Amino acid sequence: MPTLDLITARGDIKNFIIDSFMFGQKDQTFSDTDSFMEKGIIDSTGILELTSFIEEKYDFAIEDDEMTPENLDSIDSLVEFISKKLS
Amino acid sequence: MAFNKDSLKIDAEKTANQLCDVILSQIGGTLKKSGAVIGISGGIDSSVCAALCARALGPQKVLGVMMPEKESSGDSEKLARKLGEKFGFETIKEDITKGLAGLGCYSERNEAIKQVFPEFDESWKCKIIIPTNILEKKTFNVFSLCIENEAGEKKTKRMPLLAYLQIVAASNFKQRLRMTTLYYHAEKRNWAVIGTGNKDEHEQGFFVKYGDGGADLKPIGHLFKIQVFQLAEYLGVPKDIINRTPTTDTYSSEVTQEEFFFGLDFYRMDMLWHALEQNISSKEVAKVLDLTIDQVETGYANIKRKILATEYLRMEPLMADM
Repeated sequence: MPTLDLITARGDIKNFIIDSFMFGQKDQTFSDTDSFMEKGIIDSTGILELTSFIEEKYDFAIEDDEMTPENLDSIDSLVEFISKKLS
Repeated sequence: MAFNKDSLKIDAEKTANQLCDVILSQIGGTLKKSGAVIGISGGIDSSVCAALCARALGPQKVLGVMMPEKESSGDSEKLARKLGEKFGFETIKEDITKGLAGLGCYSERNEAIKQVFPEFDESWKCKIIIPTNILEKKTFNVFSLCIENEAGEKKTKRMPLLAYLQIVAASNFKQRLRMTTLYYHAEKRNWAVIGTGNKDEHEQGFFVKYGDGGADLKPIGHLFKIQVFQLAEYLGVPKDIINRTPTTDTYSSEVTQEEFFFGLDFYRMDMLWHALEQNISSKEVAKVLDLTIDQVETGYANIKRKILATEYLRMEPLMADM
């Protein structure tokens, strides 16, 4: 299981979101606490794309009851969730 | 504004009369057409639309088209015929199975299902579901695939992205072929195609773009589902249609609209949504609907997420605004 470097993880997730959902347009900014859904960055199909990326990158399975906004709906919540899963 | 258990009660007679005036004016005046073609599934929404059109235009100016395919419920056809007899309009049947097979609807879908469940073959039934009981937990509306064999063995798994996209894309052939069939019958008569979606479906995005979403007018698109039920009672839609559990008629295994999309019973969803639109306090809504404040807010969040996530479906093709 990979150990987690929080700063790298934060950057990797942000880059994935910018590349996958914003056509790489880095000038369209969002903060680490912004809700992906409320900001209109990701829809429900995007959540599937994001979970596939996280599962593959960090080598763990996200269980159905973990598919919540609390775990997945912002950069901060994702980093905290991944950190918990890998601890 | 007072919020109570009857907040979505309508004067069904008045609403029906107003809708008939609108249908007549839109079809004859705005669209310059002389009749209405409706896909009838034996469900409550298409039944109410057909009854309204028969009343507004006269039954001889309405055509009900049944479009079953090999995975449709047998009840749909029986109920659709009964509806035509009750309101006096002509019904015809177009079996779309061969067309769907030609487009690859079944083979493409089954190939994607096999990526999730390698044991799947035509002897199994399948459906797509989302988490139900959404008031209990803040959850994303993520789809799972459920298959069932003849022995009643069931398997359910959350879908990986690519399989999900392929299953949905292939299944959407059903609604799009139905739309094409309706336009064939409408154009050869110079009539209009009626969209049968209600407010729940239209605004939360429970329709296929250019499939069942493709129509010339949507007479009940502003009505909550529980208001459609009231209209059905007033118009005299047969009881077995009114009492039938709303399904999608898309997957081989029967799937209710609650488990496929809405995740909540219609009464609570519509009341919550109405309260949200009217800015009623969570505390007041919780009291009226016998829920906790947290459940009300979870319900609000779920509805808002669905509306936001499906904006693309309601968009017209984008023009270059230069």
